[in-house]
Amino acid sequence: MMWRYLMPLGIFIVLTAFFVKGLSLNPRYVPSPLLGKPAPEFELPRLKDPNSKLGNIDFEGQVALFNVWATWCVGCRQEHSFLVELSQENNIPIYGLNWKDDRDAALDWLSSLGDPYVGSAFDEIGDTAIDWGVYGAPETFLLASDGTVLYKHIAPLTREIWTSEFLPRIIAECGTLPCLELDN
Amino acid sequence: MSRARQLISFRASFGLSILLLTGIVWAIDPTPPFDDASLEKNYQELINEVRCLVCQNQTIADSNAPLASDLRREIHQMMGDGASRPEVVEFLVSRYGDFVLYRPPFHSKTWVLWGAPVFLLAFGFLIFSRILKARMKQPLGEYEVLDEMTP
Repeated sequence: MMWRYLMPLGIFIVLTAFFVKGLSLNPRYVPSPLLGKPAPEFELPRLKDPNSKLGNIDFEGQVALFNVWATWCVGCRQEHSFLVELSQENNIPIYGLNWKDDRDAALDWLSSLGDPYVGSAFDEIGDTAIDWGVYGAPETFLLASDGTVLYKHIAPLTREIWTSEFLPRIIAECGTLPCLELDN
Repeated sequence: MSRARQLISFRASFGLSILLLTGIVWAIDPTPPFDDASLEKNYQELINEVRCLVCQNQTIADSNAPLASDLRREIHQMMGDGASRPEVVEFLVSRYGDFVLYRPPFHSKTWVLWGAPVFLLAFGFLIFSRILKARMKQPLGEYEVLDEMTP
């Protein structure tokens, strides 16, 4: 009859294990099915020059960051100073996807807060964002030189996350920093 | 009920019915519904099964988040171009993962999810039958003893 007393304890332990795991997960974090796959193709007008285009061809042959941002996004403002810092370190090119934004507001934002981007694509209707599985800005993709998606971070990018999640992957990919000066 | 109270409850129910009516208006997109009734039905069915990743407990049919409206537009366009349901589902899953579906497919990562109710039900039956068997073994005499104890 020992099992009668042990069973509630067993059930309790199993439930607790589920709760500990389940409640510590972040429901806002939805893993991207794009990881390890080629980045979705796109071509959009540039934010600063609507007559010229920005697309996957611009990333080709370099390890790059692709950052989804908008002026209506609070988290983007939060991470912006770090992106500017990162761009000044000149270790990795940062491209932007200006998502469902107002062109004038976006240009204003870059001129007043600084422009960390090599170039930003202007996705007015949000089609490209859907192709990239974007659901909440800011999102930052790490792209390999062959165009594979190495990593995706959802939430403002910080120095801590850069060091713990991005740097090891970049170093595994291209050996040393900066990746910019790799010969292709 | 006093007259004033009656008036208040009338006003409340009137206000509530107006609010319920507007619910229908909110869901309307700038895109017109399909002329083909069965296509429109398929479209409505599908958008009622796709999760809005911004407001995670809403379907994209319910949500007025900009992303939900973008996804409705995209799905509407795909279906208008003749895409089948599996094609649209594949389009969504390849971008957002299974989480985007309110009815995720059965595979190696979701078998626990689908199997848990069956397992728990079977477990419940097991416990139930064990208790039943134990009770059936109890001699009836025990109850008479209880009777004697009552004054």
